Order: sequence, then structure tokens, then C-alpha cells
Amino acid sequence: MARAAVSGRLTRRLSWRVARLVDYRDETPTARTLLLDVAGWPGHSAGQHVDVRLTAADGYSTQRSYSLAAPADGDRLELTVQRVPDGEVSPYLTEVYSVGDPVEVRGPIGGWFVWRPTKTEPVLLIAGGSGIVPLMAMVRARRTARSRTPFRLLYSVRSPADVYYARELARPTRGDDGLDVTYVYTRSAPQGWSGKPGRIGIADINRGGWPPEFEPSCFVCGPTGFVETAADILLALGHAPGRIKTERFGPSGG
Amino acid sequence: MTQRYVDGNALAGPLAEVFAVDVTAAVERCVGCGRTGPVAALRVYQQAPGLVARCPGCDGVVLRLVRGPDTAWLDLKGTMSLQIPLVASG
Repeated sequence: MARAAVSGRLTRRLSWRVARLVDYRDETPTARTLLLDVAGWPGHSAGQHVDVRLTAADGYSTQRSYSLAAPADGDRLELTVQRVPDGEVSPYLTEVYSVGDPVEVRGPIGGWFVWRPTKTEPVLLIAGGSGIVPLMAMVRARRTARSRTPFRLLYSVRSPADVYYARELARPTRGDDGLDVTYVYTRSAPQGWSGKPGRIGIADINRGGWPPEFEPSCFVCGPTGFVETAADILLALGHAPGRIKTERFGPSGG
Repeated sequence: MTQRYVDGNALAGPLAEVFAVDVTAAVERCVGCGRTGPVAALRVYQQAPGLVARCPGCDGVVLRLVRGPDTAWLDLKGTMSLQIPLVASG
């Protein structure tokens, strides 16, 4: 099958493809990054997601949506899956799914919550917990494209142990000049961190973000309540509604 | 958690089964209040059978999608118009 560009999606409906696990990395005790090989993958933009479908031997089938964690790299996809206790799909993907095993994927999906390296306005990324995943794809896409667009990442986590991609974010990676990372700790902070653990507030977004007059693109991703709070603060600080893009994780059962 | 909805982004996969374009990037106009905004910014409730998308302005139902085994049922009576970008938006 001929390989289509991303814009080829405009003329072709999505179909399910078989993906095989090539490798994995544990990000935290409850989150695992899956490296998948999908023959004929058409490419994607940072911020897009895929549907993953599992089918049991008796034909029962169920699917979930997961954000792509890295820019397109040939037939290789990266997903980071957070294990949801009592979930139906995520415990399988993070605990049972092994190298060589197949799943079905459909995508890329969604053309709104995306960042493209052709964009030059400053970018503010606000992540709550596993909401970091599509935003990390944007950080990595910026690096891959050698973009010098200024990025700020504000990452809210319970504790230092809950940080995804911790090593990559801690050390300035080659090509990440111009990326500032600020953490908000909601339960426990690392030693020497000035401030008190707590939920994200106006001061955090004011300090870790951009002034509204810089007209940054703001991407907010996380649980619904977190996204609501962060988006309300951005509006209160004077950011235009059209510059705030959100992706909420609902109460769906993983 | 009291806010039991997600963004219209969640419609991207289900609607991709029906449309050849990414409808979540389209701008919809609400019949109820006339508000315009991207489909991706609607409030989508997933607890009902199917998906119910409400206007963030007036909370009116803008779109409903129910997927059966062999058919999709799409109700757009709360949508006045959809303005669909036909090239990949930058």
C-alpha cells in the first residue's frame, strides 16, 4: 500500500492496523511507555492520539484512546499508558502485553490539539499527571525539527516519583535550549524545593507561563478538574480563549 | 469529580468512522445560542449510550453519536452549521 502524507487522511477513512510491541520502558511504577511497530503508518502530528483495540479469544472487543508520546518515526509509535486500577485495557497493556504481541490501532486521530513545528509563537504546555504525554510529543517534535520556538512546560505531579520522562526532562537534552520546565507538586516535593505542595494556582501559571501579550499558544492536558482550573486561570490572566486548547481525561475506566 | 465530561477531541475517532475529514477541527455553530467554536472544544458526555456533545456556552445538545454493531446514528439537530477546513490546518 502506498504511504500517504498526514494530509492524506482527508481522503481516506481510518482503518484498524496491527501493531506489535517492539520494546517498553517503565516511566513510573504505574506507567509504561510502549514502542510499537505498525506497518505502513501514515505519520502523525504531535498531540494526536490513537485508538487501541483489544479482542479476546471469544470475540469480545474493547477499545481506548491513547495519546502519542513522540513524533512520527517511520513505522514506530510510542504510547505511554497509565495503569488505571480496575481498568479494562490499561492493566493489560502495562502488565501483560509482551514484546511481539499484537494489538490493533487506528489513527492518527484529532487535528485540533496539535502543535506543528512551522508555528513560531511561544508555547505554554500545562500538564496534569499523565496529561504530559501529548505535550511531551510536542517537546520532542520541537527538538526533532530543530525548532527554536520558546517553550514553557508546567508539569503538575503528586510527587517526584510520579514524573514521566524524568531523566529526559531533568537534563537539558541536545536541541532543548529554549525549553523551560517548572514542576508543581501536589502531595510531596523533593528536598530543597522552595514552596509548599499544593494544587496548581494563579501564581504557578503566572510564574511558569507567558504574559498574555506575548500571544502564546497554550495547551492544557490532564484530568477534567485540573484542565478546568488551569484554563480558567489562563482566561483570568487575559489569554484569548482561541489560544487555549484543552484535552481532558474523563472518568473513563482505562 | 463532578465534571463528568471530556473534550470534543474524544469524538475524533468515532467521527473518523463516518467522515473523511477530521470533524473535530471544524467550527460548529450552536442552534441554541449561536455560539461558534471548534467541535474539539465541545463537552462530551460518554456515560450515556453513545456520545452526547454539549455546547460550552449554553449546555444545549449539539451532537449525538450512537454506534451500533453495523451502523452509526448521528443526530446533528443542535448544530446550525459545520465549517470544515479542507487542508491540514497550520
